[in-house]
Amino acid sequence: MTSRIAHIASNTFREAVRDRVLYNLIVFALLMSAAAVVVGQISIDIERLVVINLGLTAVSLFGMVIAIFIGIGLVSKEIERRTLYTVLSRPVRRWEFIVGKFFGLAGTLAVNTFFMAIGVFVALLYVSHHFQQQDRWVLVALYFIILQFLILTALTLFFSSFSSPLLSAVFAFSLFVIGSFAEDLRGFAGMTHGATRWLATGAAYLVPNFSALNVITSVAHSQPVSGQLVLDNSAYALVYTAMAICGAVLVFEHRNLK
Amino acid sequence: MAAIEILGLEKTYSIGFWRKRQKHALRPLNLKVEEGEIFGFLGPNGAGKTTTLKLLMGLIFPTAGSARILGMELDDPRMKAQIGFLPEQPYFYDYLTARELLEYYGQLSGVEAKLRSSRVNEVLHRVGLPDVGGVQLRKFSKGMLQRVGIAQAILHDPRVVFFDEPMSGLDPMGRREVRDLMEQLKVEGKTVFFSTHILSDAEALCDRVAIIHQGELRGVGAVADLTSSVHGKVEVVWQGTVVPASLRALGAECHVTRDTVRAMLSEANQDAAIEALRRERLRLVSVTPVRTSLEDYYLQKLQPPNATVRVGAKVGTTV
Repeated sequence: MTSRIAHIASNTFREAVRDRVLYNLIVFALLMSAAAVVVGQISIDIERLVVINLGLTAVSLFGMVIAIFIGIGLVSKEIERRTLYTVLSRPVRRWEFIVGKFFGLAGTLAVNTFFMAIGVFVALLYVSHHFQQQDRWVLVALYFIILQFLILTALTLFFSSFSSPLLSAVFAFSLFVIGSFAEDLRGFAGMTHGATRWLATGAAYLVPNFSALNVITSVAHSQPVSGQLVLDNSAYALVYTAMAICGAVLVFEHRNLK
Repeated sequence: MAAIEILGLEKTYSIGFWRKRQKHALRPLNLKVEEGEIFGFLGPNGAGKTTTLKLLMGLIFPTAGSARILGMELDDPRMKAQIGFLPEQPYFYDYLTARELLEYYGQLSGVEAKLRSSRVNEVLHRVGLPDVGGVQLRKFSKGMLQRVGIAQAILHDPRVVFFDEPMSGLDPMGRREVRDLMEQLKVEGKTVFFSTHILSDAEALCDRVAIIHQGELRGVGAVADLTSSVHGKVEVVWQGTVVPASLRALGAECHVTRDTVRAMLSEANQDAAIEALRRERLRLVSVTPVRTSLEDYYLQKLQPPNATVRVGAKVGTTV
């Protein structure tokens, strides 16, 4: 079982690499180099803030685009091209296929983020000439970004298990945007009354809370991230991801592959 | 134990957006295929052949009924480790090379790591692709992809192999090679279940065939039995272009082609016809009983139940 999931994940990763998905790293490297040089020249003691803000936001956006645009095809493309037929006619259970696909894309994003993180730290080193104690919070921010990717990948996979690629992309992107304002949505729910309050609260807790996973601004201002928040966010992301994958499996287990 | 046992398997789709209608892709199908058989599943396009195969592979779910392969349920991974499947017009991960694809499928099928590489080489050789294992599949022709499809179906040495239109996209040489391969699989004791609408392939290969049309099983039987029924007529062939009057008097239907004449007449008049030819000093080439060809049987089974068909109207034997 585990080995089959690993083989499917490994093949998904290989597909992403061969489809030149990691070429985005070149664009990212160019972006970080340009930012570091420009910020270095206009130094007014905000180099670190700008590099961290720009770098982590770029990591987040690049990863989000990859998660959505690869994620939407993970299942639907396999059905459309009928590559799934020769996989599911083997001793591979449908849930193993879904989980393998998830880990394949999550692995791709993790590798991508790892190289981007190196880019961010190189740029930081370039503008600051040395690492500082508070730079370790950048690692925490990167960890939270990876947690966001896990949730987004699982959600995209869920949509991909029953919807067309275009609609999956729209759903996933909408949820990413709404989820980035989840705290505001919860605040809005608190201000309403009656049935609206119930509905707004339900919606606020249903959408993924990406805003809680975004600590880029505070990290850029060298503010520490509490251990409790790391624990809470980790648990939240894992539970949300697991639920989305379970949803994808439930749908896919009963789907006729026409 | 039957290799494949299908009990009332049925598939109905709801079509239409507003007012849903039922479309019967497969009406209750009962079929049994014994181990070691080459079984042909015949029918025109859209008859329900691929639907049946998809149901057996667990790619779609039946509306009713059940099936067992090698005595196991369709969702049993132990069963799936013992079957191979070639889909119709297969498409594979085109970013992989043929060897990588087969390695991947070998991993999924549980082929031991130490045997995998040699198995991949063996099947690539067996399907006539020994030199292109390192080429990406996106550079393969349709026929080559079909061969890769056959390779992946037999890679893990399955006991039952399902081929959906295995000759599709192959040139005459390729078709011959696939026929040889299927015969070889039978020699190895495998069960081969294949769908086709090419009757000559089925007639040449199959122990038994089933005919399906409009989602309904129309007939099933051994090829030898289906093609051996004699209709009390013989075909007499002789050299020349002359048709003796005495032969016409026997009620023979004659067709003259260049330097031979073929006459079809009642089996009871066979001796009289031969005697007539001898009297006219015409050289007799052959006397053959007219048998039902698989094509006759197939066409008969494709007709609605109350339609009348001239079985044996077309001579299936050769001079």
